[in-house]
This record gives sequence, C-alpha cells and structure tokens, in this order.
Amino acid sequence: MTALAVANAAYVAAALLFIMSLAGLSKHETGRTGIRYGIAGMTIAMSATIWLTFSGEWNESTSTGFVLLLVALGAGAVFGLWRAKVVAMTGMPELIALFHSFVGLTAVLVGWNGALHTGDLAPELVGVHRAEVFIGIFIGAVTFTGSIVAYLKLSAKMSSKPLILPGRNLLNLSALIGFVALTVAYVITPELGLLIAVTVLALALGWHLVASIGGGDMPVVVSMLNSYSGWAAAATGFLLSNDLLIVTGALVGSSGAYLSYIMCRAMNRSFISVIFGGYGIEAPSESDEETGEHTEIDAAQVAEMLSSAKSVVITPGYGMAVAQAQYPVAELAKRLKEKGVEVRFGIHPVAGRLPGHMNVLLAEAKVPYDIVLEMDEINDDFPDTQVVLVIGANDTVNPAATENPGSPIAGMPVLKVWEAENVVVFKRSMASGYAGVANPLFFRQNSRMLFGDAKERVGDILKAL
Amino acid sequence: MSTIGVVLEPQAESRVAATPETVKAIRKLGYQVLVEKGAGAKAAFPDSAYVAAGAKVGTMAATWKADIVLKVNAPTPTEIKRLKKGAILVGILSPALNPNLLKALAKQGVTALAMDAVPRISRAQSMDVLSSMANIAGYRAVVEAAHEFGRFFTGQVTAAGKVAPAKVLVAGAGVAGLAAIGSASSLGAIVRATDPRPEVADQVKSIGGEYLAVEVEEQMESSDGYAKATSKAYDKRAAEIYTEQAEDVDIIITTALIPGRPAPKLITAKDVSKMKPGSVIVDMAAAQGGNVAGSVAGKRIVTKNGVIILGYTDLPSRLPAQSSQLYGTNLVNLLKLLTPKKKGKLELDFEDVVQRSVTVVKTGEITWPPPPVQVSAAPAAKPAEPAEMPEKKKMSGRTKGGLIAAGLAALFGVVSIAPPPLPQHFLVLTLSVVVGFYVIGKVHHALHTPLMSVTNAISGIVVVAAILQVTDSILLVQILAFIGVLIASINVFGGFAVTRRMLKMFTKGDQL
Repeated sequence: MTALAVANAAYVAAALLFIMSLAGLSKHETGRTGIRYGIAGMTIAMSATIWLTFSGEWNESTSTGFVLLLVALGAGAVFGLWRAKVVAMTGMPELIALFHSFVGLTAVLVGWNGALHTGDLAPELVGVHRAEVFIGIFIGAVTFTGSIVAYLKLSAKMSSKPLILPGRNLLNLSALIGFVALTVAYVITPELGLLIAVTVLALALGWHLVASIGGGDMPVVVSMLNSYSGWAAAATGFLLSNDLLIVTGALVGSSGAYLSYIMCRAMNRSFISVIFGGYGIEAPSESDEETGEHTEIDAAQVAEMLSSAKSVVITPGYGMAVAQAQYPVAELAKRLKEKGVEVRFGIHPVAGRLPGHMNVLLAEAKVPYDIVLEMDEINDDFPDTQVVLVIGANDTVNPAATENPGSPIAGMPVLKVWEAENVVVFKRSMASGYAGVANPLFFRQNSRMLFGDAKERVGDILKAL
Repeated sequence: MSTIGVVLEPQAESRVAATPETVKAIRKLGYQVLVEKGAGAKAAFPDSAYVAAGAKVGTMAATWKADIVLKVNAPTPTEIKRLKKGAILVGILSPALNPNLLKALAKQGVTALAMDAVPRISRAQSMDVLSSMANIAGYRAVVEAAHEFGRFFTGQVTAAGKVAPAKVLVAGAGVAGLAAIGSASSLGAIVRATDPRPEVADQVKSIGGEYLAVEVEEQMESSDGYAKATSKAYDKRAAEIYTEQAEDVDIIITTALIPGRPAPKLITAKDVSKMKPGSVIVDMAAAQGGNVAGSVAGKRIVTKNGVIILGYTDLPSRLPAQSSQLYGTNLVNLLKLLTPKKKGKLELDFEDVVQRSVTVVKTGEITWPPPPVQVSAAPAAKPAEPAEMPEKKKMSGRTKGGLIAAGLAALFGVVSIAPPPLPQHFLVLTLSVVVGFYVIGKVHHALHTPLMSVTNAISGIVVVAAILQVTDSILLVQILAFIGVLIASINVFGGFAVTRRMLKMFTKGDQL
C-alpha cells in the first residue's frame, strides 16, 4: 500500500463527503449535518495530501516545505476563523466575494508553479500540460480580479455603477481570442513572457468583466464567480492530475452556475445579458413614465393599520440590509404575531446582493424560517393580505414589470404587492431603484409612502404599537 | 386664519358636511370650525361631540357668514342670500343640471366648489363624492329591497321546508351597482349583473355576481370612466335580456346613469308586468328620470300586478352617519389640496386640473364647464400590439437536441485524441458536473447563501494542490505554494466557520 494509493482512496471518500455535504444543505433540518460532512471531507483530503507530500524521503526542501506549510495553515486558519467570527451578516456578500478571490489567486499561483516546475512528463503530455497551465492561470486570474472588484463594489469602496468602456463587448471578445492565441504560442514555445502576458490579460479581463456590471446584478455576479472559482479548482486538478480537485471543482462550478441560472431567471434576463452589460444603461429612455402623486403616511397610522390587519406580508430588499433594519423588523413581526396578526415575509430571489441574502439577515434577527416564503409561495396570497410593508425594495415589487411591456424590466417576475389592500413603502426618497425604472407602485391608490431611514421608521412603529 | 362653517341641511336631508372626526382633520389644516346648532343631530352627531373635536357651535346666521361654508346639497335661493360676499361654498351642486343655481351664486359674488365635479383621475379619487355616495346608495338599495321583499334572500333547507334563494338583477355595474351586487350576494341571493362595459365582468365576478354579457359586435370604450350611450343593435339585445330576466328574478336594482343626459330606460312597462307579484324594483336613477317605466322619484309605487317600485332619491341620506363620514372625508381631502401650507388659508390654483374642475363659480364669475379632462379610468384596448413582451425565447426541442449533440460531439472529439490520463479526468469532470446540478437543484432557496459559502469553503480544496507543491526543490515554487496554502486555508477555515454560524441562526418557529 503506497502513500499514493492511500491518498487516492482518501480522495474518493472526501469527494463523496463533499457531495453529501451539498445534499445536506438542501434543507434547514439537515444543513448542520451537511457542514459536518464537508469539514470531515476537507480534513480527510488535507491529511491525506499532507501525508502523501511528506511520506517520502526527507531532505532540505521537504523540511522547509513542512515549516512553510505549518505556518501557512496556522496563519490561514486563524485569519479565516477570525473573519468568519466578526463578519456582520449584512457584510456576507463582501466576505464571500473576497473568499472567491483567494481561490482564484491560489489557482494562479499553482498554475505558475506548474509552469516553473514541469517535472518529468511523458513527451506527448508536455503540450497538454502547457495548455493546462494556461487554462488554470486564466480562469484563476479572472476569478481573482473579478472577485476583488465585486468585493470593492459590495463594500462600497468602489462605485457600484457599471463601468462603460467604448466597445466593451469587443474588448472582452478580443481578450478571449488573445488568450487562445497566447495558449497556442505557449504550447509551441514555452516562454516566461507569454506566461506573464496571459496572467496580465486574464487579470484585466476579470477586472473589466465585473466592473461593467452594476450593483443590482451582484447576486448573479457573486454566484458566477463562485462558479468560476470551482472551474479554477477543476483546472488545477487537470494540471496536477488530481481527481479530487476535479470532482470538487466541478461540484462547485456547477453549483455556482445553477445559482446564476436561478438568479437570471428571477430577473427574466439571459446570463449573457447580465455578463455583458447591466440594464441601467438603456433604462432612462422611458420618458412617458407613469408619474403621479404619492400619499404619505406616518408611523402611528401604519401601526394602527397593522394592528387592525389580519394578515401582513413584509417584503424586504437591499435597503433593509443597508439600514441594518433586520432586528427592528423581526421585533415588529414578533409583536404583531403576539397580537394575533398573521405575519409572513416574501422574498424575491434577487433581493439583496447575494442569493438568499435576505433569508440570512432575517435568520440572524431570529425570524423563524417557516414564515419566510419565496416569491412563488406568497404571490397568490397578496389579494387576501391587508397590509404589505415594502422595506427597502423597489424593482422587485415594480408593477411595471408585468403591466408595461415597454419597461426595461418587463417580464421580470415580481412580488405582486399591489394586489394587497394596503401597501406601505419604506423609502428614503422618491428616487428610482437600481434598474433606473420609475416605480408606478408608489402612485397607486392603495400605496402609502413612509419616508426616512427604515430602521428608525420601524422603531417608530414599534413605539406606536 | 379662515373660519369654516358647517351648516344645518334643510328638513329632508339627514346628512351633514362634517363629522367630529373630520372636524379634527380640518382643525389640523389650521382652520377654525363653526358648526350650526343641531347640524349633526339627524346623523347622530350631537353638538357636544363637535365641541369636543375642537369646533365652536353657533347660530344659523353666524355659520352662514363664515369664510368657507361646507354643505351637502345645493343651497336654496334663500340660503344663497345668507352667504357673505367673497365666501367660498362647497357642496354637491350638480352644475350641469342647475344653470340657475350658478347664476344665483355668481350674483351673490361668492366662489362655489362642486364636489360632484371632481374629475375621475386617480389622485382625485379620495375626493370623489359620487363614488363614495354611490357605494352607500348601492348598499342601501339592497336593504330597501330586502325590507319590501316578503322572503329571505338566502336559500335554506329548514324543518319547515325548503326556501329557494332570491334572484337579484343589478343593471349597471358602476360603483353603486357593485356595492349592490356585493351586498345582495352577501345576504345569500343569486345575483346577476348587466353593464355595457365588458371589462367590468371580472369585478362583478369578484364580489359574487354573475355577469350577463350583451353579445353584439361592439365594444364600449370609455375615456372618462363613465358609461356612454349605446348603439341600436346593442340596445335591442339588451332589451331582450331584461325581458328574459324580468320573468325570472325577484328583485331588480337599476343604477344606469349617463352623465349630462336623462337616465336610459331599461325596464319597460311590459317587463314590469311580467314580474311575479311581490317582486321589488329599486330604481336608483329615479332622480334623473328613471331606468324603469312607472318609477316616480322619491316615491314607493305598487303596480297592478303587485310589483313594488321604489324610486327613492335619498338613499345615501338614509344612512346619515355613514354618508356624512365619507362625504366629510371627501371634503377634508379637497381642503387638504386647497390648503397646501396648512395655515388655514385656502388657495385656488387654476393650473391644477382638479381645482379647476371643481370650481364652478369664481368670485362672481361662472367658470363652468371646465376644459375637458381626458383620463383613462379603464385602459382602452391597446392600439395593436405594442412591442412584444421581451420574454426569453424558449429553445425549441430541435435546437436543444442539436446543442446537446454538438456538445457531445465536441467532448467526444477532445477526449478521443487526448492522451491518457486526460480521458479519465474528463469522465470524472462530466460526472461531477451532472451530480453537482442534481444536488444543487434541490437546495432550498433560503439556504442559497450558506450553500454559496460552503461551496466556497470546499473550493478551498485547491489548498491540496498548493500543499503538493510546497516541498518543491525550487525555492520560488515553494514560496508561491506557501502563499497559495495560506490564502486557500483562509478560505477553507473561514468558509466552514461562517457557514456554521449562519446555519445556527436559522430557527423554526416552534423552536423559539
């Protein structure tokens, strides 16, 4: 039984555990077991790899490597656990984007190492190996800078407006063609210059790709980068001829792709259109917008309305995350429930900046998950609802999507809040949402506007109750 | 600061233009309120309640001398004489039917605002007194009919035998018609409704009625929200329907009105004669000439064959507390519009279409009729098809099949020429992708964030690759591998830890 055989056996076990881990996450009840499987899989995989690496003869570079490994693992663990502990739930999108960039960077480094140290290869595999190096570096680098930009945008260190360069689609396309050309050149003559060129090219492409996507499309971008990070790992697996990396990379890659698909469907847009340009660009052409007068309401009246209602639905959006209003909102839900009012939450798939973002925030504030419903689950219940509270959501509750075929967001499935008896919209001002589309909901007969910071306003309602 | 006078309505009218509730709202706009002694008595609002709401109670003369006088019905010539010059009078004035009234008001040198001239646009709906009163009238029409009708509305099976439900026909599904349909069906009757506008069918259905469509080649379009006169072919078919229904139903409530014209005759004398004895007809259009042959405004008539025809014109007034409250609220909404600064000073802005429309006399000058306001209350049939909904094109089965075939061929091509061990790797890759899609497809939507962070942790598996390289003989490779292990392990540890933290937060209702 060689070390390699043991490692390979361990990899099979680890791969299985990872699949079970993802399967466990499909339900709330089994979620925590899923995590345990994942941790177990990772432990097995890492121990086996370490054993495989150090089971041979020891020499100077092995000892250096061992020390480096211990230091790196220790430091990484401490830093990772610390970040995980202190991150605010509203900061989840940034953290996840940052983590994606790490995977990308590691893939780039591994790719470079593969190029610097080719080892002994069968002659017919040399060309393949070089191509693998390039593919790994390319995907890794795109993931790296893309995630960094996503991180900067999500943490508001960079404007979330889409960057529009002239001929940006052409730029992207020529970057791809350039990559293919460089790969071919490198397969023929492996020069360091080409390696640097491809890295720079991929880094630039990743940057530009995400920079040209607006803030509201971030759920798609983050899940797309999640997918890329998986493919980067898979490419590394090809490079090192390691099946565990391929399996895991493919799992993550397909999971990210599937999430992106769900997000795109929720916005009624094709994946291509999200990647190659946000719709913030075409939107302002709509001049014959339905405008009108909105009716204001104060917190006391909302409180009265809520306490006399039988059924209340709260539809939060990114604004709730910005205002950090999840705790007062949860408190409000609890208070109303005690009064015998049926309270539920309606979550649009792209609410927030991360798939499932709102669910996490509400869970943090101890809102029981069985009253937090998906759009399709709650959309038919709006006509029987007395009051809908729209907190920091805009495009996801815009009736123009279903009623105005000329609207830039036409056809996007939305929460049909306007079918309820009363709609109270919490908003800071009358500005339009991410898509730049005016929202006729605000001018509806049954709509009332409650202006101000969502957190403060919900607090006022709580006081009035 | 202006004073608002709320005057006592003459004998026949039970409503009052302000209730203690609305007085409070008027006070908030900065006005003084003076209520004539006993103004709210018939609507069960005693003077003391007004005082408690912040109003003063005054004599008739004093109230009429207020800067702004709120009224329900149009004033009589004697009443007009009591107004002071430059005063503002607000009420239901029916300017189209009362040219003499407008002249008299102009002569007195006052400004008159007609609540029934509010245009039918969305933002003015809160002041639309015709709608609010029609709603009450529709309800009351059913109550009056039930009062006269000698039987139950609802069907019952009792020990004393079976009772068939009453059948009610409502002609005209406007606000009053819909209110009547809703009230009658909630009493348990079988309700049918007619209306020349086919778009109301859903509204009728939604409150428990059955819509009887008049099927002729014609569609009514209404650009101002009111019904219009109909064509001959239509009228003929409609008349047949009414004849058929008259034989069948027990109660008919007619609400058909066309603005500025006498009410259309829907039910002929012959139809009435075919109705069963004891049947009841409520003609809500009696004041405008009536929809029913033989109805008399304000009177209860019994025909030879024992059909009772009610021509009451004061239906809203028969629910004084309710109608005063709604009318009062309509008035408050108008006052809010006219008092933008909330300092108790009324300002008329003729640029505003609502304010322009309601003003029928301005300081001695007749300003009726206003320029027409074109609004689309019900969206007209769309001109052709304006740009298709940009729905995502569904791939046809053939294209889909073609794509799959092309993908398989490409994969086949790559794998068949690839040297080992690549083919095995491709096998592993494709199988894993398939497994990934199936596993992820079942994930609950609420767990997408934890899913993402756990896949993130798992993709930290690249740490394995970096570990394998960390013992390399080249130092640069070792250093790069070191950095790789470092950041990938941040991912692994951080990812799992944050996912655990998140999952711990998700709690079910009964676990709290």
